[in-house]
Amino acid sequence: MAVITIARLAIREVVRRRLILALVALTLLAVALTSWGFSRIPTITQRGVPLPDVQVKLIASQLLILVMFMFSNVLALSAVFVASPSLSGDIESGIALALLARPISRRDYVLGKWAGLAALVVAYAAATIAIELAAVDLAVGYVPPRPLEFAAFILAEGLVLLSLAILLSTRVSGMVGGVVALVLFGMAWLGGIVGGIGAVFGNDVIENTGIATKLILPTDGLWRGAVYHLQPAAVLAAANAAGPAAAANPFFAAAPPAAAYLAWCALWVVAMLTLAVASFRAREI
Amino acid sequence: MSDAAIRTADLGKRYGRITALAGLALEVPRGAVFGFLGPNGAGKTTAVKLLLGLSSPTSGEAWLLGAPVSDAAAHRAARGRVGYLPELFRYQGWLTAREVLALHCDLMGLARSLWQRESDRVLDVVSLTDRAGTRVSTFSKGMQQRLGLAAALLGSPDLVLLDEPTSALDPVGRHDVREIIRALRAQGTTVFLNSHLLSEVELVCDRVAIVDRGRVVASGTFDELLAGDTVRIRVTGLPDDGLARFGTQQQRDGEWLVIRGMDASGIPDLVVEAIRLGGRVHAVEPAHESLEDRFLSLLGKDP
Repeated sequence: MAVITIARLAIREVVRRRLILALVALTLLAVALTSWGFSRIPTITQRGVPLPDVQVKLIASQLLILVMFMFSNVLALSAVFVASPSLSGDIESGIALALLARPISRRDYVLGKWAGLAALVVAYAAATIAIELAAVDLAVGYVPPRPLEFAAFILAEGLVLLSLAILLSTRVSGMVGGVVALVLFGMAWLGGIVGGIGAVFGNDVIENTGIATKLILPTDGLWRGAVYHLQPAAVLAAANAAGPAAAANPFFAAAPPAAAYLAWCALWVVAMLTLAVASFRAREI
Repeated sequence: MSDAAIRTADLGKRYGRITALAGLALEVPRGAVFGFLGPNGAGKTTAVKLLLGLSSPTSGEAWLLGAPVSDAAAHRAARGRVGYLPELFRYQGWLTAREVLALHCDLMGLARSLWQRESDRVLDVVSLTDRAGTRVSTFSKGMQQRLGLAAALLGSPDLVLLDEPTSALDPVGRHDVREIIRALRAQGTTVFLNSHLLSEVELVCDRVAIVDRGRVVASGTFDELLAGDTVRIRVTGLPDDGLARFGTQQQRDGEWLVIRGMDASGIPDLVVEAIRLGGRVHAVEPAHESLEDRFLSLLGKDP
């Protein structure tokens, strides 16, 4: 029960501190601007002739991947910003003293914080994706092939970063934890590109480096899963026919992640939370 | 297991090479108002954090309402009957006072139907009723400390730990806290009061332990601690220990001999004895020793 109490407290903190308000306002602004952009695609002409519908949708599909990349980054940054100070901030301010003297375990405190923030990450991501996809559908009549699968991968990416930030928050201040999580996030993205380059040139060492980064921090691996589900079949077929060259493109995935990789990601989150609980248990308040 | 509200045995805490608390042995009987007295940095807050499991000991054991801190489940259950006002009192600024109290009711497992009544009761005790719906971020430090005290009183706990409870309060607030502690004693609640304010402890506590540099240097009731008066006698030509049978403790200060724990009515006998042993008496000063004098002498500082 204490888990739910702490989860509700974490949600209320974010809402009352007007973080949600700021994020929602900016997100709606971004959706408005991007849907205006999408609505301009059909006005493009070639030698005075409007583009055929197939081409409009092809452009829309590629543009949507870029827009969603931006949203996934906003989600990642937001998850890190709210989670990094969640435990360390309570200890530094002294708020944790009165709470943890109550009959509540350290495990419930950590899991409660995670659960509350995870609910916010899921709610924000689901709402943003739904609104953006609806706006694009309205503007150019394009819906990506598997929107639910795409959303699931974006959510998973947010939860992975959230779990990492919670673990860091058991030991270091919010500022340090936030910087470390974001640098690792950036390196994982770069690692995915490097691994792709290794695959293009058949270099095992470079390719394995990319695979290793996907295992150490699975954000880019999950992003590739999200991208895969955004691509129309025609794009996939054309890219695959061109050989492995597209593997280095961070906005492309030739195949969905293997089931074993998804299991690894789930295990990774459980491991982060287990480590976070163990670390917080040993922490002096 | 011990029936004491608090018991510690050889409880110690080290941070690297720094000893915050060394071999603390305490026993606080149920129903007592216990003063834990010491200068800043003596280890008082460390002791409270160890008792509450907020920090883990590097040696020894502590029992909170009979539950050892090393037994996580039993200790957690015992914490449900403990109220705590931290020295560093900070509550969620984005909540109202009533919401903070509801949160604590929830965490301590109080039935939801009691939250409102309990919150009203403790808000009234600390005189915050008219600010119940105000966000804590707008509270002054004194009001936040009152709120912390209110949270510590929720659910009428068996034991209340107050760490410097008047540090942010004005004289009226300090008086209120003394009255609250007296009311707790009347209800049979055990109070563990951490303080460096001698007057505060002297006014409300019936037992006291004085701690310095992580060690208890004296403990007991005030009568035991301030046994009798102090007599200062300036005497020369006397063999060492010549007057040893007087008082409970003696200390040489140049030509002065400070005798503690002796009744002022024994002064004539003291003078006769000093002269019988061939001493020359220059002056005799009876003095009632205050807690402050005793405190300073225990800390090795001249009163």
